[in-house]
Amino acid sequence: MMKFAVISFPGSNCDEDLYYAITDALHEDATIVPHTATDLAGFDAVLIPGGFSYGDYLRSGAIAKFAPVMPAVKQFAASGRPVLGICNGFQILTEAGLLPGTLQHNRDMQFICEPEPLTVTNHKTMFTSQFDANQVITLPIAHGEGNYYCDEQTLASLKANHQIAFTYRHNPNGSVNDIAGITNQAGNVLGMMPHPERAVETILGSQDGLAIFESLRQSQLRTV
Amino acid sequence: MQQVRTEPTPEEIREQKPYEAWGLSEQEYDYISQKLIGRLPNYTETGLFAVMWSEHCSYKNSKPILRKFWNDGSRVIQGPGEGAGVLDIGDGQAVVFKAESHNHPSFVEPFEGAATGVGGIIRDIFSMGAKPIASLDSLRFGELTDPKNQYLLNEIVAGIASYGNCIGIPTVGGEIGFDSVYQGNPLVNVMCVGLMNQADLKKGRATGTGNSIIYVGAKTGRDGIHGATFASNEFSEEKEADRSAVQVGDPFMEKLLTDACLEIIHDHADILMGIQDMGAAGLVSSSAEMAAKAKSGVTMNLDLIPQRELGMSAYEIMLSESQERMLLCVKKGEEQTVLDIFARYDLDAVVVGHVTDDRQYRLYQHGELVTDVPVTTLVDDVVEHEQPSQKPARLDDQAVAETPVVNDVTDTLKQMLAQPTIASKKAVFKQYDAQVQANTVVTPGSDAAVVRVRHTKKALAMTTDCNGRYIYLNPFDGGQIAVSEAARNIVASGGIPIGITDCLNFGSPDDPESYWELDQSVQGIARACERFDTPVISGNVSMYNETDGQAIYPTPMIGMVGLIEDTQLITTQDFKQAGDAVYVIGETYNDYAGSEIQKLNGSLPKGTLHFDLDTEAANQQLIQTAIREGLLQSAHDLSEGGLGVALVEALVEHELGFEGQTQLTNAQLFSETQSRFVVSVKSQDREIFEQLAAGRASYLGQTTSTDHISLKTADGQVNASNRDLKAIYGGALTCLMK
Repeated sequence: MMKFAVISFPGSNCDEDLYYAITDALHEDATIVPHTATDLAGFDAVLIPGGFSYGDYLRSGAIAKFAPVMPAVKQFAASGRPVLGICNGFQILTEAGLLPGTLQHNRDMQFICEPEPLTVTNHKTMFTSQFDANQVITLPIAHGEGNYYCDEQTLASLKANHQIAFTYRHNPNGSVNDIAGITNQAGNVLGMMPHPERAVETILGSQDGLAIFESLRQSQLRTV
Repeated sequence: MQQVRTEPTPEEIREQKPYEAWGLSEQEYDYISQKLIGRLPNYTETGLFAVMWSEHCSYKNSKPILRKFWNDGSRVIQGPGEGAGVLDIGDGQAVVFKAESHNHPSFVEPFEGAATGVGGIIRDIFSMGAKPIASLDSLRFGELTDPKNQYLLNEIVAGIASYGNCIGIPTVGGEIGFDSVYQGNPLVNVMCVGLMNQADLKKGRATGTGNSIIYVGAKTGRDGIHGATFASNEFSEEKEADRSAVQVGDPFMEKLLTDACLEIIHDHADILMGIQDMGAAGLVSSSAEMAAKAKSGVTMNLDLIPQRELGMSAYEIMLSESQERMLLCVKKGEEQTVLDIFARYDLDAVVVGHVTDDRQYRLYQHGELVTDVPVTTLVDDVVEHEQPSQKPARLDDQAVAETPVVNDVTDTLKQMLAQPTIASKKAVFKQYDAQVQANTVVTPGSDAAVVRVRHTKKALAMTTDCNGRYIYLNPFDGGQIAVSEAARNIVASGGIPIGITDCLNFGSPDDPESYWELDQSVQGIARACERFDTPVISGNVSMYNETDGQAIYPTPMIGMVGLIEDTQLITTQDFKQAGDAVYVIGETYNDYAGSEIQKLNGSLPKGTLHFDLDTEAANQQLIQTAIREGLLQSAHDLSEGGLGVALVEALVEHELGFEGQTQLTNAQLFSETQSRFVVSVKSQDREIFEQLAAGRASYLGQTTSTDHISLKTADGQVNASNRDLKAIYGGALTCLMK
């Protein structure tokens, strides 16, 4: 079985949802790992969930980057194994310097919870291999600070390195270049604002998110 | 810095009567000092009595009426009297729910008032041992033409969103209405629903002599002192400066508190004797109620209470309504287990006292005994007041509701869709995280929200409802209608109604007409509840909803939960595909009393309501059967705006058209006759459906693959494009909110 670590910070609130997406929909193994853990040995992938870590006080993700577990997350990423940050997880990854850019308040300064159509801009990552090129999918978003920003130079390099994984079809929050999710240069760290774990069963409105976890499983099978 | 405060002596209190400003009458004060404790209470004790004897804590005015509610039923595990009510949903599981009002604080400080309303009700749910799985908000505002009301709407919604989104409990529904009577007195009623294993049930009890009282959560500050008394008084514009009575919420703290308390409940039930939220009247009400329910006494040392400010008096500590605090009773010798768990969550937890066997309520501060009164005098001995009751004069001579003149029915329909009470609330709902916990099957905007129960076939349907205009015209029938409409919402979504909670928002009980309205509507609610087998398992009373002598429409909000036995039965209100037959269930009469079209035409509610509980039950039964037989593609309850509005609501979700014909007149498209639904049926199922629904369904027309909506009436024709109606219905509220 593939082993997923779901990191739980105080204030994380999508940790259980991710746990169930892995165990109930993907039928793989998942463990909720507390923020105090310092070792991620034995896991095949690390998932950083959505929520409001440390109340999102100061700035989203700004306190979580100092959590005891973060050096292990960085080490895990440096080893080339997959790290996926969703929503608050994406914010934490940018704050921790594992992904470029930052997430600002939404353009309209309001929280938005809606199903959002996306384009899979790069289907050749370890997170997106189960999608077709430029496939249009629908995933729910639920955030107040999902407005991705980076400077022009960074944007140029994101494009040049095919780091933009998902873009919005109808930009809901003001993100630069309609960006909904990006990878690091090596392609093993993905941050995305939409919630694939909320779209793994038809009863919840969409199964489009399952392909992301399925892609991770396929990449794991290839490496074994 | 230690502040020196001089508190009035007991004799000075008797002379100067400061308690009157706290809401305690001289008669009550005399009764307490002469009959109950046999001496003059000191300053702290007087404060405790004032707040514990307030309507908000004691229900002294409403109790004689609340006894008329129906609380029986085979599913009831816990009825009113605890943090929240509990109903059996099979498989050893239970659903827990309650609603609470936060009207006054939300007017004074809308963001924090609404946010702490959410926080308070969540604590009631997890204190029972349940994981909160959903919340709903029933809101009322004055008309949005006044910028003040736009401000209140925006801030209250932002406050709800900020708290609910952060703590990770999906806000799945609710309703929002607008009427000038709520000007200066908005209603913010929050309902929270939890799910638990029946084995985890906990109650607010301080049992077992010598057991420890543990305080956990946020530190106590001077915020919210006399909040309960504040909620038990009428409002005036001058009193708007009453900001000290409003608390500030911290959803992050509450998330930790929820997780930690649930961990203790699950893993250490054997050492946790009782647990209760510190809600209204904070430390005093939680500790006194826990002792009263267990028929025990409590002694606490106030020096040990975690405090946020220096120099707080006993009075201030006990009456503070600082948020995110819980009180636990833990078996002697096992305290460390509990303290260690809280420490892991970085929460302040302290042993502050212990349970005694003499039923006295004792508080020490700085080595002195500052309170020493029998527990019963704070809780059980509150003197009930059955207030004088009188039927309002306006009801003796009810004018007939005129049939509205509708010449251009398409134009009238468009106007109706743009009414803020009717228009789509998506602009509000999308600010709420409706899907966290990944169980929400039907998101806000349909008749009822639906949340599935993970790892079972079951789901829970939930809704809030109340039409104050109906209650104003006839509180008894209006009460029956509020329950019935909630039940229609549940039934239309594929569920069986199983119970209700309520928030009774009324004017001052000192006004005999207001008191009569409360009494009548409670009786109407009780009658319908018994008929639908939906016991009242929890609730809240909010009286004194008056600003400068102007009362709101009596608004007893009903929060109902239904059980969907199989997720396959889940049904939504939108038409699914072209070619389906559309039927109206139930007869349509000339019912314009209290209707939205009456309001649109500038009239106050007038006329006579018509309601028949037998018809209601029969029509609901038909829908339940048809859903179980798999015959319905959609089902939608008819409410404000009648058939015309319901038809559009069923159409706007998809790109569909409609073509049909009816014997009804233009005006009757907006009649609000009760007990009706609009449903759609696949063409191949028509015959079998018509047999099942014989005499109760009338064929209206069919959905088409065009964008065109056409409905021929007896005296006109609706002719519109779905796209246009969608734009009006979807955009009206956003326009009005800016």
